[in-house]
Amino acid sequence: MTNFRGQALSWSVQDGVVELALHREPCNELGLVALGEAEQLADSLEELSQEAHTLLIFSTLKPGFSAGADLRELYRRSRELEPGEAAKSLRAQLERTHRVMNAIDSSSLMTIAAVHGVTFGGGFELALVCDLIIADKTARFCFPELRLGLIPGWGGIPRLKRDLGNAVVRDLLLTGRSMNAVRLQQVGLVSQVVGEGEALRVARATAAQLGKFDRRTAIAAKRFIKPIPHEELRREIDIFCELFTHPAVEAGLRRFVECTDAQPYLP
Amino acid sequence: MNSSQTSDQTLSAILELAATHFKVAREKLTPDDDFFKTLGINSLQALDLLTRLENHFHVELPDYELQGVSDFRTLAERIRARL
Repeated sequence: MTNFRGQALSWSVQDGVVELALHREPCNELGLVALGEAEQLADSLEELSQEAHTLLIFSTLKPGFSAGADLRELYRRSRELEPGEAAKSLRAQLERTHRVMNAIDSSSLMTIAAVHGVTFGGGFELALVCDLIIADKTARFCFPELRLGLIPGWGGIPRLKRDLGNAVVRDLLLTGRSMNAVRLQQVGLVSQVVGEGEALRVARATAAQLGKFDRRTAIAAKRFIKPIPHEELRREIDIFCELFTHPAVEAGLRRFVECTDAQPYLP
Repeated sequence: MNSSQTSDQTLSAILELAATHFKVAREKLTPDDDFFKTLGINSLQALDLLTRLENHFHVELPDYELQGVSDFRTLAERIRARL
């Protein structure tokens, strides 16, 4: 499928680049609708790689790239289902999400995340599967999962470990604090930091550059440089599912969902 | 921006930046205002303000340092501690 218009995301091919736009209000909270549509993208990647050399992911929404998993939907579903069914459903959803993330991570398309604003949790994990992250200076990155009694569940830890020194990974995870784009460029995660509103334009220029080289060679180089940490990704799912059974998680989710003051995204 | 800046200068820069970015008249902001209420912002927008302040002052300010902070004066003290 070379063109797709969904509720949460859409894509089209322009000048050899698949442009994947995230556009679910208010800030691309990633729930089951987004997952279903992302699965269609994952299934289309091979076809798309015949027409394009790069996948460029960006958000059309002002607040940012993505605030991460749809916690309201996660909380609601955990309350609606019997505990056994909820656990099975959670694992199934994680495995589906991992399949999508792994497909993008290992795609023969070069991949760029053009990010701005809030790039939290699952949104950060989506950026991490890309070969390059181009951030505008408003971008802010965070893994807030420990605040909810969880760890990142969509491949964040293995991919952070792949890309960063352990000290920075510990800082991000254990403090749950957010970091700006300049900081993450200093530690080597963000490729370029650009002016406000410029990430998409610069990402397009970078995509054009990526498209100049022999495809077979670029794909071979990418596969050599960027192994997929399959074993750790599977362990992450197991740890996440085990943690989710603890009462602290329901309490953390309820606090977030029922928060009426201005500060649910602050630690 | 460096540590030789006075407290008043830091506070003034914060008020100016917040007024400009959130399109609120500068004269409506005072140092002891609750910035969530006065600027009419939520936590996502507060993070946006934090990023702009970090970029402006060339500091890194962990967001957990903002726990319980809701006025400009205390925010300025947190930033000055990083200069």
